[in-house]
Amino acid sequence: MSEFLQQLVNGVTWGSVYALIALGYTMVYGILRLINFAHGDIYMLGAFFGFYAPGLIVAAGARAGEWLEGAHRVLHGVPVLGPGLGRLAAALSAAGSMADALQALLVLVIAMVGCGLLGIVIERGAYKPVRRSSRLAALITAIGVSLLLENGGVLVFGPDPKFFPQIIPSSNIALGGGVTISNQQVIILTVSILLMFALRFIVTRTRVGKAMQAVSHSHMAASLMGISVDRIITFTFVLGSMLAAAAGVLVALQNPKIEPYMGVMPGLKAFVAAVLGGIGNIPGAVLGGLVMGVAEVLVVGYVSPTYRDAIAFVLLIIILLVRPAGILGKAQAEKV
Amino acid sequence: MLLEVAGLDVYYGAVHALKGVSLNAGAGEIVTLIGANGAGKTTLLRTLSGLVRPRAGTVRFEGRDITRLPPHEIVGLGVSQAPEGRMIFANLSVEDNLELGAYRRRDRPGIAADRARVFQLFPRLEERRRQIGGTLSGGEQQMLAIGRALMSRPRLLLLDEPSLGLAPLLVREIFKTIQEINHAGVTVLLVEQNAHMALSVARRGYVLETGTVRLEDDAARLLQNEEVKQAYLGG
Ligand SMILES: Nc1ncnc2c1ncn2[C@@H]1O[C@H](COP(=O)(O)OP(=O)(O)OP(=O)(O)O)[C@@H](O)[C@H]1O
Ligand SMILES: [Mg+2]
Repeated sequence: MSEFLQQLVNGVTWGSVYALIALGYTMVYGILRLINFAHGDIYMLGAFFGFYAPGLIVAAGARAGEWLEGAHRVLHGVPVLGPGLGRLAAALSAAGSMADALQALLVLVIAMVGCGLLGIVIERGAYKPVRRSSRLAALITAIGVSLLLENGGVLVFGPDPKFFPQIIPSSNIALGGGVTISNQQVIILTVSILLMFALRFIVTRTRVGKAMQAVSHSHMAASLMGISVDRIITFTFVLGSMLAAAAGVLVALQNPKIEPYMGVMPGLKAFVAAVLGGIGNIPGAVLGGLVMGVAEVLVVGYVSPTYRDAIAFVLLIIILLVRPAGILGKAQAEKV
Repeated sequence: MLLEVAGLDVYYGAVHALKGVSLNAGAGEIVTLIGANGAGKTTLLRTLSGLVRPRAGTVRFEGRDITRLPPHEIVGLGVSQAPEGRMIFANLSVEDNLELGAYRRRDRPGIAADRARVFQLFPRLEERRRQIGGTLSGGEQQMLAIGRALMSRPRLLLLDEPSLGLAPLLVREIFKTIQEINHAGVTVLLVEQNAHMALSVARRGYVLETGTVRLEDDAARLLQNEEVKQAYLGG
C-alpha cells in the first residue's frame, strides 16, 4: 500500500510537469487548430535558459554592484544616501550567494521571460506567415521549427549534456506510512499548481483571457468585437511558452542532466496528455497530464521500466478508439 | 455622408461576388439592402467591416478611407456588426458576450451604462445574463448579437438578417427595437430577406442582384415598385 502511495506521489509530480507542457499545446490548438510540435523544445530551452541564468544574475549583480560602488564613492559624503548605496552595492555584489529560494525563483522567472520572448519570435517569424496556408504547411513548419531548435541547441549549447546547478539541495520529507516526498517534488507541485491557478485566472477573469476564449471560438467573431486576433495569438504563444519554460526549470532542479534533445519525449507525452484530456480544453490538459504521469509511474513500478515510454502511445491509441474527443472534450464535429 | 461606398469589387477566388457596388448612408438613416440568396449582401457587410479585402473600390466612414483597415480598428472607429449566423460566443455567458462587445473601450461607467441600455432594449437578456450563450434560443441569440454590437457604442450598425428564423411576433419586436436604436442616433445598414418589414422601417433601400446594385430609391417608393413587388414582396 505504501509503495502504491509512493508511486502516486511521484506520478502526480511528473503529471503536473506534463500538465504544464500540455497546457501550451492545448491553448495554441484551441486558438489556431495548430499542433505546435516545437513546444517540447521550448521546454528544453527553458531548462537551458535556467542553466545560464545564474551566471547572468551574478554578472548583472556584479555590474550593478560596481556601478553603485562608484556612485557610493562619489556620494559618500552625502548622509543616508551614501552609506545606503554602499550597503546596496555590497549586497548586489554578493548576489551569487543570495538565498537559494530567491535565486531559484529568479532563475525560473528569467527562463520564463526568455521563452516567452522566444515564443513571440517563433509565432511571428514562423507560424504567422503560413497562417493562411494549408494545415499541412503549418504542420511542416512546426516540425521545421522543432528541428531548428534542437539542432540550434546542439550548435549553441554543445551536444554533451550539461548539469543544471543544484540551487536547492535535495532533502526528503516523510509523509508517514513509509511515503516520502522530496523538497524538490514539493517545489514542482507548488509552482505548477500556482501557475495553473494563475492561468485559470487569466483565461476566465481577465479581459485578455476572455479575448482568448473569443478567438478560440471564432477569429471572425472575435475581430468583429474589436479584438486584434494577431495580438491574442501572440499572447497565447507567450503564455504557453512560459509554462513550458517553467516545466523545464522545475524538472532540471530535480534531474540536473540537460541536453538539446531532452524536450522530445516529454513534448510528445504532453501532447498525448492534451489529446487525452481533450485538445483545446484547458482543464482537460491538466487532467490528461496527471493521468499520463500516474500511468507512467505505475507502469514502471508494476509492469516494467521498459514500457515507460510505450504507455503514452498505448493511452493515445485507447483514447482515440474509445473517446476521440478526449476525456473532457465535447464530442462534436470540428468547426473550422 | 456617414458611409460612402464606391465601386467595390470583391472576388472569392474566381467568383466575382461584388461588381462595382456603390452605396451611401447618411447620419441618422436606416438604409436597407435587399436581395436574393447569394446576391452578395453578406459579402458587402463583411467588406465594410474589413473581414474581406476588395480588389477595387473604396469605403469611407465619416470621410475617412477605411478600405484597408483591419477589422478591429474599424470597430474602434465606430462601425459594428451583428453578423449573419449571429456568431455568439457559445461558451461564454450573456454578460461576457456583452463585455467582449465593449472590448476596445476603457470607460467603465460608460460601458455599464450601455449595458443597462441593452438590457432595457432586451429585458430577456437581463433575465438570462448568466446563461451560457450557446444555450440561448435563436431569438435570444439574435438579441444578444445586436446588443453585443451596440456595446462598442457604434455610430454605424450593420445588421445581417436580424429576422432570420424568428417567429413573426419576435420579428416585429426586433424591428421595433432597431427603430429605437436608430432614434437614439445610430445609423443602421440593414440587410434583410424580409423585404416588406425592412422597407417599412427604412428611409432608403438598395436592391442587390448578383453582385450589382439593381435599384436604389426611397423605401416608400421601392415598396410600390412593380419589379420589387414581383421579386421580393411575393407579388
Ligand atoms: N467564402 C466564400 N468563398 C467562395 N465563395 C463565396 C464565399 N462567401 C460567399 N461566396 C459566394 O459569393 C456570393 C455572395 O454570397 P453572400 O454570402 O454575400 O450572399 P448573400 O446575399 O448574403 O446571400 P444570403 O441571403 O443567402 O445570405 C455567393 O455566390 C456565394 O456563393
Ligand atoms: Mg447573407
